[in-house]
Amino acid sequence: MTTAETSAQIFRDGEADRTFRPSVWLSRGAIYGALILWAIVCLFPIYWTLTTSFKAAPDVMQGNLIPWVDYAPKQLGWRSLGLTPELLGSESTVRAEFMKRFWNSTIISVSASVIAVVLGSMAAYGLSRFDYRLGPMKNDDIGFFFLSQLILPPVVLALPFLVLYKSLDLLDSRIGLIALYTLTVLPIVIWIMRDQFQSIPTELEEAAMVDGLGVWGAFLTIILPIALPGMVAAFILSLVLTWNEYFFAALLTSTHANTLPVMVASQTGSQGISWWSMAALSWAAILPLIVAGILLERYIIKGMASGAVK
Amino acid sequence: MTDRLHIVSDAAPAHAGLGRTMIWGGAGLLVFVAALQWADQSGRIDLGFQSWRPTLYAYFAFATLLCWGQVLTRGEQGKRALFVLPAALFVVAMVIFPLIFGAGIAMSDWNLSSPDGRQFNGFDNFWAAWRDPFYLNALLNMVWYTLAILVEYVIAFGLALLLNAQIRARKFFRVAFLLPLMLSPVAVSWMIGKSMFEPRFGPMARLARTLGWDTPSFFGSPEIARFMIMAMDAWTYIPFMMIMLLAGLQAIPKELNEAASVDGASGWRKFWEVTFPLMLPVSITAILIRIIFKLKLADIVINVTAGGPGGATDTVTSFIFREYRDRSNVGYGTMLAFIYLVLIVIGMTVLMKGTRRWTEPR
Repeated sequence: MTTAETSAQIFRDGEADRTFRPSVWLSRGAIYGALILWAIVCLFPIYWTLTTSFKAAPDVMQGNLIPWVDYAPKQLGWRSLGLTPELLGSESTVRAEFMKRFWNSTIISVSASVIAVVLGSMAAYGLSRFDYRLGPMKNDDIGFFFLSQLILPPVVLALPFLVLYKSLDLLDSRIGLIALYTLTVLPIVIWIMRDQFQSIPTELEEAAMVDGLGVWGAFLTIILPIALPGMVAAFILSLVLTWNEYFFAALLTSTHANTLPVMVASQTGSQGISWWSMAALSWAAILPLIVAGILLERYIIKGMASGAVK
Repeated sequence: MTDRLHIVSDAAPAHAGLGRTMIWGGAGLLVFVAALQWADQSGRIDLGFQSWRPTLYAYFAFATLLCWGQVLTRGEQGKRALFVLPAALFVVAMVIFPLIFGAGIAMSDWNLSSPDGRQFNGFDNFWAAWRDPFYLNALLNMVWYTLAILVEYVIAFGLALLLNAQIRARKFFRVAFLLPLMLSPVAVSWMIGKSMFEPRFGPMARLARTLGWDTPSFFGSPEIARFMIMAMDAWTYIPFMMIMLLAGLQAIPKELNEAASVDGASGWRKFWEVTFPLMLPVSITAILIRIIFKLKLADIVINVTAGGPGGATDTVTSFIFREYRDRSNVGYGTMLAFIYLVLIVIGMTVLMKGTRRWTEPR
């Protein structure tokens, strides 16, 4: 823009273009106004939860909004979780409980996502490269079979699994939840990865096989490194979905394998008006995902956008 | 063979016989262990099994032997099958088997808290569901919730257009708009449903009072409560549609819009005659996926209203959840879920067939 103006004026603005046009400014203003409005809609609940976790009863009742201006931040909420700096050294049953749930959630969501990405990538690669035939089913049917699991509402599997896990002695165990979560995210992983593999030219493997690699060798050493961004996207998306899952966890766990959402949900009813501790708990439960969202936004968008555009 | 990846297969595998033995041996082992367990459970013989775990292990053994046997019998072809086989075996074990098992449960009168145990009762549960006003009401609610997707779509499209415009701080706005999707619905239920919209101290209640609504109550009347659930669910999932639509917008070649401008089209006409028709396939994909997610809606309802007031906000999932939680009624709950599944499969098939001509690339 500036270079065009400073250099010899080849392109000269017409009289009409140089006059001030209010409609342009108006539309700019409308765009930014809408953007800022929606950003507030998105961010205010997060801000509200964070500030509420530093409030005490009078602050809640007066409806104070801005810390240090409206009210002095207090550590009531975080103290009730045992997560303030001075309490970190000492024993705390609430913190132990919280950490146990946090740890359960971490193990379950990470393992389920890893298994789903491994199984899903293999299946997606096979479906994008070879022709299979299983009775009357061909590639498209097998692919549809995997993706159709997405339509299956979890409630259909919930009660059969409850009875099944009871007889398998898997109720309230991490392994049971990991298996179920893997199942729920597998279609999404296959969806993303199939798109990813289809965009990689087959000449790469052909060249590798001329050099003496087998099918699996070519897959592991040549294709996987190229498909890594897609795998990261699928992994992050699975992680978000499994970390937030509530329905199965509420039905199938009771004391040992409880995840964080179950803990948050169980506190909402019992604690009445002690908002500060609920806010602290909610905030601690969503913090990992906010961090992930800010740092890995690129991958999440890549994962969700794949398959949208052919 | 028309594989996309051309490979010259090697000669006939050397251990075909051994491979077949492994596959059939594995299947035999599975059947044998399962039969043994069944006999033990029904009290014919006493082997002292505590749970059905041995059958599960036998299935693992069978799956491993099947994969291994594939390579031995079919050589190169077997190695290719190995890509899809683990996922297929996993899904079959986790979906097909429980579905068959669930069909059995659905046709029985089975209350986990009653001492009678399980009794087969055919289609009684189905007729009971047909006459259950609360279940029919939950199904009707699902129709309302699904229709709300159209509004979500309009908002998501608007946001995608905004993000696609020439703006500063695009990255900030993208991250901010994405964040609601990352939050767990349970935390959202508390953060928004239970604290921000709390009728006495919540900031939204204060806002409503300054705007002139003296006794704000967001979950008291059926219509407002249902609208609130829709709004909260929309808040969480609008980013999802927005990103799919944004990806679609960015795939539209710039030249098309420029050509339309050169031809003198106004912004409004450019949108309706260039952008929107090009966005139709993406839009329909996004809406279909969103419908699939919407049909699973439960967490927010369970945690904010528990279906109330009077079942006005119930979804099918939350209704069945309470049917189990409050009454331990496994048989009836499973039948309700199966009816729902059949309705969904029919509905989605019709929708997908009906919209195919707009989604297929021409």
